[in-house]
Amino acid sequence: MSQEHSQSIESANTHHADDAHDHKPQGFSRWFYTTNHKDIGTLYLLFALLMLFTGGSMAMVIRAELFQPGLQFVDPHFFNQMTTVHGLVMVFGAIMPTFVGLANWMVPMMIGAPDMALPRMNNWSFWLLPCAFTILLSTLFMEGGAPAAGWTFYAPLSTTYSNDSTAFFVFAVHLMGISSIMGAMNIIVTIFNLRAPGMTWMKLPLFVWTWIITAFLLIAVMPVLAGVVTMVLTDKYFGTSFFNAAGGGDPVMFQHIFWFFGHPEVYIMILPAFGIISSIVPAFARKPLFGYESMVIATASIAFLSFIVWAHHMFTTGMPVAAELFFMYTTMLIAVPTGVKVFNWVATMWRGAMTFETPMMFAIAFIVLFTIGGLSGLMLAITPADFQYQDTYFVVAHFHYVLVTGALFGIIAGVYFWIPKWTGVMYSERLGQCHFWCSLISVNMLFFPMHFVGLAGMPRRIPDYALQFADMNAFISIGGFLFGLSQLLFVWVVFRCIRRKGEKATAQVWEGAEGLEWQVPSPAPYHTFQTPPEIKSGH
Amino acid sequence: MKRYWLLLNNKCNWIFILLVWSAGAIANAPAGSAYNMTRGATELSHKVYNLHMVIFYICCVIGAIVFGLMFWSIIHHRKAKGATPAQFHGSLKIEILWTAIPVLILIAMAIPASKTLIAMEDASKADMTILVTGSQWKWHYKYMEYPIEFYSLLSTPRDQIENNAAKDDLYLRDVDKPLVLPTGKKIRFLVTADDVIHSWWVPDFAIKKDANPGFINETWAKIENPGIYRGQCAELCGKDHGFMPIVVDVKTPEAFDQWVAEQIAEQEKAKAAEAARGLMTKEELMELGKTIYDTRCAVCHQSGGEGLPGAFPALKGSVIATKDKPAHIHMVLFGKPATAMQAFGKQLTAAELAAVITYERNAWGNDTGDLVQISEINAALSAGE
Amino acid sequence: MSAGYQHYYVPHQSHWPIVGAIALFLMGFGAAHWVNDDFIGPILLTIGFGMLLLMLFGWFGNVIEESMSGLYSEQMDHSFRQGMSWFIFSEIMFFAAFFGALFYARMISVPWLDGAGDNAMTAAVLWPNFEAIWPLIKTPAGVETQAMPWEGIPLINTLILLASSVTLQFAHMGIEQQKPAQLGFFLMLTIILGFCFLALQGYEYVHAYEELGLRLDSGVYGNTFFLLTGFHGMHVTLGAIFLTVIFLRIAVKGHFTSEKHFGFQAAAWYWHFVDVVWLNLFVFVYVL
Ligand code: HEA
Ligand code: HEA
Ligand code: HEC
Ligand code: CUA
Ligand SMILES: [Cu+2]
Repeated sequence: MSQEHSQSIESANTHHADDAHDHKPQGFSRWFYTTNHKDIGTLYLLFALLMLFTGGSMAMVIRAELFQPGLQFVDPHFFNQMTTVHGLVMVFGAIMPTFVGLANWMVPMMIGAPDMALPRMNNWSFWLLPCAFTILLSTLFMEGGAPAAGWTFYAPLSTTYSNDSTAFFVFAVHLMGISSIMGAMNIIVTIFNLRAPGMTWMKLPLFVWTWIITAFLLIAVMPVLAGVVTMVLTDKYFGTSFFNAAGGGDPVMFQHIFWFFGHPEVYIMILPAFGIISSIVPAFARKPLFGYESMVIATASIAFLSFIVWAHHMFTTGMPVAAELFFMYTTMLIAVPTGVKVFNWVATMWRGAMTFETPMMFAIAFIVLFTIGGLSGLMLAITPADFQYQDTYFVVAHFHYVLVTGALFGIIAGVYFWIPKWTGVMYSERLGQCHFWCSLISVNMLFFPMHFVGLAGMPRRIPDYALQFADMNAFISIGGFLFGLSQLLFVWVVFRCIRRKGEKATAQVWEGAEGLEWQVPSPAPYHTFQTPPEIKSGH
Repeated sequence: MKRYWLLLNNKCNWIFILLVWSAGAIANAPAGSAYNMTRGATELSHKVYNLHMVIFYICCVIGAIVFGLMFWSIIHHRKAKGATPAQFHGSLKIEILWTAIPVLILIAMAIPASKTLIAMEDASKADMTILVTGSQWKWHYKYMEYPIEFYSLLSTPRDQIENNAAKDDLYLRDVDKPLVLPTGKKIRFLVTADDVIHSWWVPDFAIKKDANPGFINETWAKIENPGIYRGQCAELCGKDHGFMPIVVDVKTPEAFDQWVAEQIAEQEKAKAAEAARGLMTKEELMELGKTIYDTRCAVCHQSGGEGLPGAFPALKGSVIATKDKPAHIHMVLFGKPATAMQAFGKQLTAAELAAVITYERNAWGNDTGDLVQISEINAALSAGE
Repeated sequence: MSAGYQHYYVPHQSHWPIVGAIALFLMGFGAAHWVNDDFIGPILLTIGFGMLLLMLFGWFGNVIEESMSGLYSEQMDHSFRQGMSWFIFSEIMFFAAFFGALFYARMISVPWLDGAGDNAMTAAVLWPNFEAIWPLIKTPAGVETQAMPWEGIPLINTLILLASSVTLQFAHMGIEQQKPAQLGFFLMLTIILGFCFLALQGYEYVHAYEELGLRLDSGVYGNTFFLLTGFHGMHVTLGAIFLTVIFLRIAVKGHFTSEKHFGFQAAAWYWHFVDVVWLNLFVFVYVL
């Protein structure tokens, strides 16, 4: 995009961006009946933030209980509920909805579309989420409590041996599933169908590419999750025996079906973050993304492989050796395309002209810490070693590195990157940097030592532990509290922007940023592209 | 745009180097340290340990190279230093290179891993066999070659768990009756469960096998040295998953044979004593009953008999425990299929059963005054379900 | 991409989505209470279901109105088509989960319980009397049942569904060639065939329960049988209702033209999808 050209669009748009032209409905009907992708995006983001804090509070309960050996604050049954609901809320309530929210905000703007392809369904997708989580969280206040069989709800602990919350959990998951499937359909159709003229496939920003593939994964595996929870429901309440050997079924069958969903699910939670990082790194390196095509191919390969690795979560279940070998090899293979992505980011920085505003700081932290998480994932893939790692804190360390310092850091980076576009004001760079350093240090205090307690033999999902783990756990818990407190800073930064406190942002916002979203004024007008923009140059 | 690069000076690099170094140092600490995987007590566990270390080092090297390049770039290619951005955006050669090299590294890892795995999964030609059964929340061991079987339960007192007493060294790691095994023999473990999935994990043997209800998984170990090896249940199995330790006491073959003989003799004696036992007094029943209740029943029904609403029913004031005595006996002896309530008829002796039922019918204000005697239990047992 | 979206229609606000969300909330919450034997359950479920119907009428009503008043561009039509295709794909994956369970039971869990693979000890120690055969007429725990033969009703039902796909194709030709009589007749015939299928399926269930002792809870054979055929039956019901609505729109309102009849096509796609699922069912649940 030539400099003059983007300037001319900018001034033209600023001229029209008078709020009076925007015909924004107000109040109740604006938020509840909306068909506007930006409003719906905002709803998703705010809901997900609320869920992050809900799930985070549960993590704080977990860390408080594990601060010292012995039972201190909660009984074991409630502890299991906390672990379970923490996992569920974080996965389905915080990370996934944030990504859908970001897609709602950014995808139409990035591809030059007027809105999402199916705007009413979009609204429906969102409002199903609060409904689903009301059902799920209401079980915390019921007799017998919330689901307590882990976010993976292995049968028969979740069927025959579970409490009444199972049915609520099952129907909540159904609603989440419907919501995700409709959300994904909407995104994929928007991208296929509403690209501005000239926005060819190989010009799509990577965030859009990663989302196409994510949406495909969602549509492919959420129905499988719906299927498996349905079997849980019938096993518990209608006497079927899918997961009961006495009737010819097998508890391990549950795990196969669950992980057929579950493994692609973890890539659902990381691919859009890859997309965000791929937007941020070139912007702050002031240099085009290295290896655009290979990024697309790598993403697609990861998605493909994700369907044939699921049983690496089940190495200890007693599969035949041949199956163990197969799943070990396929799992190890995922390191290759993921490595390509990491190398491409590094090569993008190489010989750039970098500056280090908050989004870039989080992106750099993402690259380092996600890679650490990926490398521990690779260790887990080595089956004989996994026998020792499985179900210990080593696994907990692995997945928090990829989820918290991966997915969540990616999200935070994206929010800092785009919030000037959403609100029209710059966030406070000072607070942003402060948030970054506090988070970086505390998150490593929180999750790094978990590798070692895990290796030394501390199982996960236990409310109490042997004395040799005491010092490490106290340290971890302190890291956890600090990390939790650091996120209050984040909320403060975000709410300052929402309340329009801060420097006014330009349309371009970041010197090195490229793409259609940086050509509309900040804040982006309520309806972005009334007529399709012209696409001139590459990605 | 303000530039905050000052925050990211060379210190960053140092932090990173420190991190890698400390990771290496911690992980390399002497075997049996509190920070690394154990080397274990079998040939295979050594192999697993070595595999783990090799892969760990490879990962460290990969990390060092990737992050090293990145931080080099961050330090030298910053705008504040007047860098002007290059405009290259791809190179097929280098892309192929960094696809191919990882593939080679992976192949190098996969070969030893496959070999170790295949050896671990071959449980044939064993010298002896143990049937390991998990249930909520205890382990049951059955020696297939000897008439010996028993339950093994956590022995840490409640007081320590609830912080009312000082915790001892073996807090949560000790059981009332460990599994006893000989050295130098190939021992096959058949692992299964009665209710939910558990997982039998002894790190020193590099064994972790899920105990799936209705199926039997096989695994094996050949232990080099006598000693006491400790592990834990490694699959979430409900409320007391964290309180299900495993202890294996490994003896020399001679000492093991002696232990077997002692066990058999003791069992005979206990059987004779029970058969000779006549009527028990209320005091005897209540005392024994309380011990049994607190160790075996309180995990679910709670020590005050109040249960956990929604999960485990209260026995205090319940219909069964205050009125219908035959139903009460039947429930305890045969359990209730497809619920967490197990059949205790096979787990406890007749005297213990009589005592615990008596206790339940008279404790916590359930003052029925009923006594249950051994003869009633035996009658109910022989009547069957 | 030549069309652009100059005429792309971003619909106005609508209260139907949130009504739909609340409806599903009530249904889920109600159903959960119901299976836990709570009296409030069926009440909530019914209210929710009522709201859902209301929502469907209202929402589709709006869409049809907008479509008839020519607000939709060709691009909108593309969006609907692609949306419908992805929806059908998600349905396929839903069935895949249950077919997966069926294959797993047949090829893995049942043989393993009888000692296949390296499970000799499973059979010897835990299930000494169990014999692996499919259909599983005696479970490891000893529950007995009879297998459902494929030669009777299932075969007839297969023919009915196949025929209905053909008649639907004729109806489609009717709409494209502007032959209203052909369209009406064959569409009607398709719907009738659909309901015949359902009636026979119902009869088969009664037969299974009362004469064969084949029930939802008679082991993994019964489970997979009833859940697969049951979910399929639900889809046939939906498809038949969908077609009926289309029929009424044609007969009463005179909707659809030879060029623009996406509503009709969506229903047809759905019907063919249900048909293909049945063919798989027939082969794997009944015949093999
Ligand atoms: C965002 C989520 C996410 C992501 C991206 C990943 C990525 C990976 N995961 Fe992880 N995983 C989880 C989330 C995720 N995981 C969760 C939630 C669980 C636990 C679930 C539960 O039980 O509750 C889990 C558990 C889990 C297990 C099961 C552990 C057990 O229970 O025993 C395994 C085993 O193989 C595994 C492996 C991997 C691998 C190989 C990758 C790979 O994709 C990583 C690839 C990346 C790299 C390798 C780094 C970068 C590459 C290079 C720098 C190139 C050079 C490298 C080499 C040549 C080695 N994961
Ligand atoms: C998907 C994303 C995700 C995220 C973001 C997190 C975030 C965190 N998780 Fe996560 N976790 C999972 C997914 C996630 N987790 C999953 C899937 C499991 C497995 C569950 C299972 O076993 O079934 C798990 C399990 C798990 C365990 C293991 C429990 C067990 O095995 O028993 C622990 C233990 O420390 C833990 C801790 C934390 C902490 C401290 C955070 C922190 O990052 C949270 C930080 C956020 C906040 C704290 C909220 C914001 C701040 C406030 C509310 C202000 C108040 C603050 C204070 C009082 C200090 N998690
Ligand atoms: C692992 C958990 C667990 C343990 C251990 C346990 N129970 Fe139970 N018990 C249950 C459950 C669950 C029920 C409810 C079964 C049902 O659904 O009716 C129950 C029911 C009962 C009942 C019937 C109560 C009623 O009112 O219906 C009695 C009596 C009883 N148990 C006695 C015992 C005794 C005696 C012991 C110990 C020797 C014991 N239980 C150990 C879980 C357990
Ligand atoms: Cu038994 Cu966990
Ligand atoms: Cu995985």
